[in-house]
Amino acid sequence: MTLVVDNLEVRYGGIRAVQALSLSVAPGEIVGLIGPNGAGKSSTLHALMGLVPARGSVRLRDKELLGRSPEDVARAGLALVPEGRRIFAELSVEENLRLGLAGRRARDASPGFSGVYEQFPLLYQFRKRQAGLLSGGQQQQLAIGRALVAEPDVLLLDEPSLGLAPNVVDVVFAALTAVRERGLAVLLAEQRAQRTVAAADRTHVLGGGELRLTLGPQDADDTDKLVGAYLS
Amino acid sequence: MTVTWQNLADGFSLGAIYALMAVGVGLVFGVLRLVNFAYGQLIMAGAFALALASQWGWPLWAGIVLCFAVVLAMSLLMDRLVFRPLRGHSPAVMLVATFAVAFLLENIALLSFGSLGKIATSVASLNQPWSIGGVDIRKIAVVAVVVAAACLLVLQLLLSRTEIGLHMRASSMDFATARMLGVRANRVIAVAVLISGALAAIVAVLLTVQSPLVTPDFALQDTIVVLAGVVVGGLNRPVPATLGGFSLGFAIGLLGGALPTTQSQYLPSFIFAAVILVLLVRPRGLFDFSRTVERV
Repeated sequence: MTLVVDNLEVRYGGIRAVQALSLSVAPGEIVGLIGPNGAGKSSTLHALMGLVPARGSVRLRDKELLGRSPEDVARAGLALVPEGRRIFAELSVEENLRLGLAGRRARDASPGFSGVYEQFPLLYQFRKRQAGLLSGGQQQQLAIGRALVAEPDVLLLDEPSLGLAPNVVDVVFAALTAVRERGLAVLLAEQRAQRTVAAADRTHVLGGGELRLTLGPQDADDTDKLVGAYLS
Repeated sequence: MTVTWQNLADGFSLGAIYALMAVGVGLVFGVLRLVNFAYGQLIMAGAFALALASQWGWPLWAGIVLCFAVVLAMSLLMDRLVFRPLRGHSPAVMLVATFAVAFLLENIALLSFGSLGKIATSVASLNQPWSIGGVDIRKIAVVAVVVAAACLLVLQLLLSRTEIGLHMRASSMDFATARMLGVRANRVIAVAVLISGALAAIVAVLLTVQSPLVTPDFALQDTIVVLAGVVVGGLNRPVPATLGGFSLGFAIGLLGGALPTTQSQYLPSFIFAAVILVLLVRPRGLFDFSRTVERV
């Protein structure tokens, strides 16, 4: 189930945030989106989820997703881990995970969270705790776990390492690698360029809403190329 | 001022009714961020349904069924014709729209039934007193408290134990994120509107027992007091909002009966002055003790 984005355009009034963006993410792939602030990374993910109006085409399982409501997009197989995590602070960890079930297509599937608890053991330990009392890193694990509960085909992540300590960032990237190995397609928007380029199968560099360059994992150590891509 | 057991019972009774109204208002506010000023007109419509059923000689149960049918149908129509098309507009636009709906419904009632209104006689038997330990207490006072407690318990169980309850709680905290997770907006809003409507129908029955004369401005003043109570309690959270509604209802019910007529006419003025004072001292609400607990 490859996610195919074709000629995507997002406008906020007269400002064009994303233009003529085409990309695809196949199962078992991590595709990175990097670029400076305002490059259009978050706008792209929001457009894919139906959170902002957009033009072009977004297809999954041969079905057009553009123009659908966010809940329909979630039930079609996309799950977003939003920037800032957006967990429900007053609900328990387990209730947050239960909310992830709302996006699951197979309603008769087991409502258990054993897969998520296996990947993030801390969530099991703190499952009865109020989510707002978790640390930033634990909240990020909860946000990813909540998205995975929906059993999506495609996982979208918006700046998952933002504000996290380096050792917690390691945990997040390790989780993404595990998710890829399970056969999910991952589209990762990140500020940590080198880390993203190294982890992803390919990484698109955005600038001014346009795709400027595509990098491979072999470019991760080429600092000049990375800096050049940002400044292009 | 002499406080009798009947005054206390009246206070609890009116407090319980206002608590139900506060929950009804708070549920819709939670998911739509909309203060529904037309809530009182839903109660008025239910009361007229009871009065008409009474006039047609229908038994009490049939009148109550008609009351529920009318209020629930109007709640859904209000959502479909007004709230849904305006969803996404500013809160001010939606607020003004509910004012318009309130005036529209009140004037429809005025044109249909006249300013003198109608009397619902079929429910009057509940206004008779029970003699408990030598103290006379009107049946409706006990019924209102029991019904309100049962409704609040059922609602609490629904919100805490069911999937739709979890979706409603999440939607009231962050609707955009809830939708992004797959929570169906229309379903959550429809359920909130229906529950709110059911509570309005229950309130219509209880208020009609207390004052069987149904006029186009029936429940209007009660709604204004409840809206003030909801704000005093804490608009963002259901329990404080309910406590706010109960407190004002209790105060009015108790003092309204205990004060002599020459003083009780000033009661609304004192109540609203107290509301203003409370909001100056505690702008988040009298009963909102929540702290921001989220770690970063």
